[in-house]
Formats: sequence, C-alpha cells, structure tokens
Amino acid sequence: MDIQSAKIVATGTDPDTGYDSFRLGGFEFRRDEYFAHIEWPKGSHIIEIDRFLRAMVRDIGWGFFYGWIFFDDIFGTTNHYGTVDLFAGAYDQGYKDQGLDHLETFPAEVVKEAFETISQNWINQGYDPLNSPLETGSPLGPKTTERTDELVRGFRPATRMLGLPGDAPVRSDETGHPTNRAFADMEFDTPDIECEPGFEGQLHAINLFDHIARADVTWNPSFTAITRASICCVTSEEHMLPVIHGNDRNEWFFQLTDEIHWQIADKNSGAPRGKIVMKPGDVCAMPADIRHQGFSPKRSMLMVMENGTPGLETRYASGELKPYPVDFG
Amino acid sequence: MAYNTHIGSLDAYEKGTIELKDDLRKYAFSNVYEVAGKSAPFERVAVAQNLEYVAEAVRIEGDSPWYAAPHDEFAIVMDGEVTFNFVQLEADQVPNHDGGAAQLGAKPNGPTMGKVTARRGHQVLLPQGAAYQLTSAKPAVAIIQTCDGPVTVKRWSEICTLGDA
Repeated sequence: MDIQSAKIVATGTDPDTGYDSFRLGGFEFRRDEYFAHIEWPKGSHIIEIDRFLRAMVRDIGWGFFYGWIFFDDIFGTTNHYGTVDLFAGAYDQGYKDQGLDHLETFPAEVVKEAFETISQNWINQGYDPLNSPLETGSPLGPKTTERTDELVRGFRPATRMLGLPGDAPVRSDETGHPTNRAFADMEFDTPDIECEPGFEGQLHAINLFDHIARADVTWNPSFTAITRASICCVTSEEHMLPVIHGNDRNEWFFQLTDEIHWQIADKNSGAPRGKIVMKPGDVCAMPADIRHQGFSPKRSMLMVMENGTPGLETRYASGELKPYPVDFG
Repeated sequence: MAYNTHIGSLDAYEKGTIELKDDLRKYAFSNVYEVAGKSAPFERVAVAQNLEYVAEAVRIEGDSPWYAAPHDEFAIVMDGEVTFNFVQLEADQVPNHDGGAAQLGAKPNGPTMGKVTARRGHQVLLPQGAAYQLTSAKPAVAIIQTCDGPVTVKRWSEICTLGDA
C-alpha cells in the first residue's frame, strides 16, 4: 500500500460563489450552490451538497469509524486505523468495469485535516449538518459567513459508563441539552440508588433514554458502557443516515423506540439485497459483508453494540473470521 | 407538531420485518420482548453475539439467583421495574472464569452494598467485584451487556426470524 505524503492544498476561489476549491493527492474538490464536485485522474463525480457535508462532518467526528464510509455509492473512505483510503468508484461494478475507479491512501490525520478544511470553508452560519433537516437551515447557495463554532460535537465517549465520576457526562438541562421535540411526549425519571454506609458512590445507574432524548445530533453513536472491548453506543436517528456504512466487522442494532428502515446491499458491489424494518425491541446483526443505510421517519432511539478488539478488521478481511456473527449449529 | 414515541412492552410489541435475498441466519433478527415473553424467569438468552461478547434478554419475575462476573456488566430495563441488590465479594469470592455471569449457590456472605431500582430506559452498572440479584414483583424485561458465559442460553433457531434465501 503506497501512502500519499501530499496534504490538502487550496487551489482557488470561485469568483461567483465565493467557495474555495481544494486538491488532496489526485483528488480535486469544489462546490457550487447545489453540489460538491469531485474529480480524479480518470473520472469525476457529483454529490448533492447537503449529503456531502453531512457525510464529511460525521466521518471526521467518527474518526473514520469502522470500515467503509460511503458518502454515496461512488465516493467514500476506508479506515485502516492509522491510514485512510479515499476512493471513487472502487466499490462500484460499473466504474470498475470501465476502469474509472480510483483509490489513494493517506495518513489518517491528513484526511482529517483535509475534511476539516473543506467543511470549514463550505459550511455557512445557520446550517448544521449534524442536526436533522427540520432543525437547521439550508446549505444551498453562495458562501456567506463561515461558522465559528465547533463543526463536530457530541463525540466524547465514555470509558467505563456515562455519568461515573471522571467519565463522560449524562446530558441534562445543565449541560445545555434540552429534550428534543420528538421525545417531548415521554416521561423521564431517575433510577433510585440506595447505597449502604461505606458504599456511597459505588453503585451507579442512569436514565439512558433521557440521555438519548437530549441528543442535539443525529446518526452519531457515542460510547455509553464498555465491557472489556464490547462497546454499547447509543444514538438518536432522524431522517436518513447520510452515509452508507460498510463495516469491517459484525455489529448489532437494538431498536429502543420507534422504527428505522434499513436498506441492505452487498459491500463490494453495491448490489441490493433487500430491506429490514426494525421496531421497538428488535435486535439485528449487520454482517461484515454488507453495506447498510438507515431511514428513520420519526426521531428514534437506537443502540449499537460494537466489538472494539484491535486487529479484528484484518481477521475478517483475511477470512479467518466469518462475515456473520452467529453459528446456528 | 406533537410527536408520539412508540415503545414496546411484554404485553404490546410489534416485531419488524426482514426481507432479504440472503441467508437470514446471518442477521439473527429477533425481538427482546418476544424472547422474554417465551422465556422462563431469569433465563439469560443471547440475542446478540460479537465473538466472546453477548447481549442477553432476560425475563425478570420474582427473585433471581445471585450472579457475579469477572468484569463489568450493564443492564438496560426495557419493561417494568427491577430492583438490583448488590453484595460486595471478598477477594477469594471474585469469579475467575473467562467471562460472563456465573450463578452463585447462594447469597454471598459479604457486606450488602445497597440496591438500585430501575425502570424502562434506565441503565444499571453491574460492577466487577460485586454479586447481584434481580427482583421484580411483576414480569419485567432487561437487556444485559456481558460476555458469553456459564449462564448464557443460546437458542438462535427458536428466537430468530428465518427464511429461504
């Protein structure tokens, strides 16, 4: 694997829209009022700007997450945990058949810097790609004023369990997280904790649903509780997952409230396999050989169980581990 | 616009659907209310497995045996009200098996640490070094995040939606 040493370079400013264009290795990025344009030596691609920015900001915040993040069927990143692939058409049969596919590998911090630079320049005040579409302004139109607040937030993970002393805090009014409008009908109380003398602070419980209901971001799982390398993540989901995720390991979804519709496709070719509709209480594995994208008609609560064991990606990629989690015997 | 959040319970749940041109066993699609509804009290039925890690669906009804694990576990109450009683283990009582909960023969003779009473949506730490008991006067449901262990029950073929590829 050749690792590119190039860093992001600004290549000019569009005189009409005011947005900068950029180059990273062989990839060129520019935007207009409606679309992001990506070019590489053998081809080019166009992505609706809202989707592009929603995907890019999450990819930064997730640290490129597990495996493949498809911004759409053509463009995306693959995380190798230290390096990151940028690809175009590399997992699309048509592009591959025509020889138009392209892939370059960079140090992860280079791609992070590049995505932050592009996002900062292309996101205006009043638009927040981490909010649901009903809760933010439009990304369309010419450049106005760049946002000055953090583009990425809500990603502080728990190391043992939310709310423990020294660990990530539980969301509350005091932390600046009011209950989202979509969960205003729910009643939230707190667990009753009664410690015997001498054991004060050693028992712990939280209202997890209340924490999720107060999320000010969507499609943004954050660590909640950790058993060795088994990670419980929770997230609030509304509208559509702005990426298509192809995991490099098996993961599990637990639908806590409402429903999400998942479109499932083959990870390597993108060929559709069908759909899954998850309702409250449903549990479903996402195998390591698929890509999936979720659609949540009403803001819902989802729990994700990940295995963070280092090196799993190579064990799945080599075939040592099966791309599905359960042996039915 | 007023929103109506949909939740499930032992008495009222609607399982989703899985329509795939694939082997449905790869997705192990189940529902914790359905699993708990068909389980005996305190059967800890695996509904998710990531190699050595599992999540168990548990029907809580009455007083459970006492359990302990060599690592932290976590419980999320999905229906009803559950009281978790805790006893501190002495050093020589801490289980030394690889992982997952083990059932103890009786309540340990260590000091009582206290109790947590949790309802739907609450997440409870089941800390390493403590034994715990689950109690509920009425049927309740919890998901336990743990390791595949001595009390983990597996009956995937019974709990999962299966079909032809």
